[in-house]
Amino acid sequence: MSDIASRVKAIIVDKLGVDENEVVPEGSFTNDLGADSLDTVELIMEFEKEFDIQIPDDQAENIATVGQAIQYIEEAKK
Amino acid sequence: MELKRVVVTGLGALTPIGNTVEEYWNALIAGKSGAAPVTHFDAEKFKTRFACELKDFTVTDFIDRKSARKMDKFSQYAMVASDEAIVDSKLDLDAVNKLRVGVIWGAGIGGLETFQEEMMNFAKGDGTPKFNPFFIPKMIADIAPGNISIKYGFMGPNYTTVSACASSANAMIDALNNIRLGHCDVIVTGGSEAAVTIAGMGGFNAMHAMSTRNDDPQSASRPFDATRDGFVLGEGAGAIVLEEYEHAKARGAKIYAELVGGGLSSDAYHMTAPHPEGIGVVAVMKNCLENAGMQPEDVDHINTHGTSTPLGDVAELKAITEIFGTHAKNININSTKSMTGHLLGAAGAIEAIASILAMEHGIVPPTINHTTADENIDPSLNLTLNKPQKRDVKVAMSNTFGFGGHNACVLFKKLD
Repeated sequence: MSDIASRVKAIIVDKLGVDENEVVPEGSFTNDLGADSLDTVELIMEFEKEFDIQIPDDQAENIATVGQAIQYIEEAKK
Repeated sequence: MELKRVVVTGLGALTPIGNTVEEYWNALIAGKSGAAPVTHFDAEKFKTRFACELKDFTVTDFIDRKSARKMDKFSQYAMVASDEAIVDSKLDLDAVNKLRVGVIWGAGIGGLETFQEEMMNFAKGDGTPKFNPFFIPKMIADIAPGNISIKYGFMGPNYTTVSACASSANAMIDALNNIRLGHCDVIVTGGSEAAVTIAGMGGFNAMHAMSTRNDDPQSASRPFDATRDGFVLGEGAGAIVLEEYEHAKARGAKIYAELVGGGLSSDAYHMTAPHPEGIGVVAVMKNCLENAGMQPEDVDHINTHGTSTPLGDVAELKAITEIFGTHAKNININSTKSMTGHLLGAAGAIEAIASILAMEHGIVPPTINHTTADENIDPSLNLTLNKPQKRDVKVAMSNTFGFGGHNACVLFKKLD
């Protein structure tokens, strides 16, 4: 697993209080990992802080799964 | 229409001297102080460096980490105390009509630490707002009863009353009236506060309201003593299940006492100072007795507001003498704030619980730390100094007064 992927995973485990094994690439924050709308906003903010990036709201709307988050951040950090 | 009778069927307490009702009561009659150096933050540069914090309290022993993270401490404390009270009431949560169960809570401030953290983070940045989405819903004072209703599915009236240190007495009185009028069968009431923070301690210190007896924190809260120098800040929660009498009787509930009346008034005088003639304080006790349909001579015990401030303590006792006349000297008067410190919006709740337990056990907890008589206080008053006293308490009053001049008073009666 890439460094980015493991850091993303750690944030999700911490913020959503889920088991590490549940955090799979296809896992949806709201449907699989129990996040509500405020949790999702908080996750995006944590990603921004951890990776020192800006995720505009219109793009944040497209980040709904673990895999999408990792992919977005990997692109942004290139 | 005939008013319904309202009784107490459940108690919960999370206090600086005990984390359950049983521990709280044992500490009250042992005369234990909850004061100690502040641990929640580095208070080295503060004028007051001690407070009555909770001891040995780990929130995740009670609430899962994910839920706890979304609550300010004042909400966490509310959850823990209300859980204890609801369990104690033995209310059948599957059988009760949840549309007729309310939660009316008191909080003087709300999520002060959450507010403080978010603003400190903002101040560290470049002006770009990066607020946590849980900032507002964690901080707002009404979220504590909201969280309780979400956990239990109680769909009756739900709100927080805010009147500084009178908040939870206001909540109890609103709960009383809602049940009296037949709007609800059961209301979970009480209050919580978590103001032992940089902003809370700094703010109260700036008002010169708190004791600065840093060399001996445990003796700092000394209501009615000539050498008192201000209140000691406390934190925690108290919860009381109030229930319509017939509803409680029908399910065979244990009834601690009847809440027979509540009084409200305002000083209309000063933002923080008590009225020198105690007009509002006289009015509130008078209103309370009238509301309960009782006479001054009926009262056996008064748990005073008694915060250990120079002006407030004397004004309250003068008002008691004015209302109760020659009967005043027969009353067991105390201030349990000498042990718990001042829990602000939770004070009314934990002190009402102390009064109810005094009734239950036939013992009035002491006003500790008394060493020097104040010449402005009538020596014939029984202030239950330093040691608990046996007393068959049939009727007990509990006073609370808040900054802003808000006065609230409740009266409990032992059931025959």
